[in-house]
Amino acid sequence: MRRSMMFLPGNSPRMIMNGPVLPADSLILDLEDAVAPDQKDAARILVANALKNLDFGKKEIVVRINDLAGSDWQKDLDAILPAKPQVIMPPKVARAEDIELLASYLDKKENELGIAVGTTKIIPLLELAIGVENSYAIACASPRVAALFLGGEDLSADLRSPRTKEGWEIFYARTRLVCAARAAEIEVIDTPFTDTNDLEGLEIDAKFAKSLGFSGKAVISPRHLDIVNQVFSPTEEDILWAKDVMAAIEQGKKEGKGAVSLRGKMIDKPIVMRAEQILAAERALAEEF
Amino acid sequence: MEIKQQALAGTLESSDVLVEMIPEACPLEIELSSPVKAQFGEEILNTVREVMADQGIDQGRIRLEDRGALDCTIRARLLACLERAQGQGGNQ
Repeated sequence: MRRSMMFLPGNSPRMIMNGPVLPADSLILDLEDAVAPDQKDAARILVANALKNLDFGKKEIVVRINDLAGSDWQKDLDAILPAKPQVIMPPKVARAEDIELLASYLDKKENELGIAVGTTKIIPLLELAIGVENSYAIACASPRVAALFLGGEDLSADLRSPRTKEGWEIFYARTRLVCAARAAEIEVIDTPFTDTNDLEGLEIDAKFAKSLGFSGKAVISPRHLDIVNQVFSPTEEDILWAKDVMAAIEQGKKEGKGAVSLRGKMIDKPIVMRAEQILAAERALAEEF
Repeated sequence: MEIKQQALAGTLESSDVLVEMIPEACPLEIELSSPVKAQFGEEILNTVREVMADQGIDQGRIRLEDRGALDCTIRARLLACLERAQGQGGNQ
């Protein structure tokens, strides 16, 4: 599950060492924006050593590498792939060819390191207008692509629109990414809520993202983790409803009924799908904790 | 490998260590300051000796200002500093 994906600066031992105890589903160790250009070399070594030596339990480990348009991203991968992160996050992905380039380099490195080719997944960070427009092609560019990830801050700069708490400037991008990701049958992660003190605003923003179809949300403050996890988890009410739906279906089969209803509402295919998704999420959570 | 030029890596933030390497034609000298020196000083020095031996370094001076770094952080900062002492990397 990727309800919450928390960024940790790649050159901060204090933050990285806290990673194992944070209640995030995924940790994103950042070698890009959170690291000063003259500290990239030290951050790569620190992240690689942390991955080899710390026990992150069942948390998914993602490493955000540097922009594919520059030269640092290959150095990043050379340093960290021996430590076997599960996912690589390339920033500012613009088109499918970016993913093909990265996937091809991962093929080569996995071969060299004796890792089964295709093991390392990719979660592209879409934060340019061109990336949003090409999102479906990007999602389908490689079987390594596990989710699409929206970066609202850079995107609003690229759109020449001020970033607001209401987020109307990224509304199109949000719905476009959800549609592209769901069409490609992968997950989709929302941009972080950047006001670390506004927990009420965070909850509204996270609930809105969930209502649009996002699987989870990026987080930049540990204070935000509980709220984001809660919003993107099925509620007890959801789970009870889903169990009732599945029970009604079973009962209908036993009784040889073609059409089944629950509390006066017809249970059709989309309702069953929704119930199955809720129960799958409940099972995934139970396995994780 | 050898310490070819003066280099720094790490910071003075908590859980980190600032490492400085200075080229000198003398057997390896290690200077450590740490709030946990009484309890972990010998372990930290052993880590430094081990990393330097692995890299074939037996000459020069190394200073560490520790702020409670874990072993994997100390190793990472030593390796980063050593790369910089070769004339590679960022903050030399």
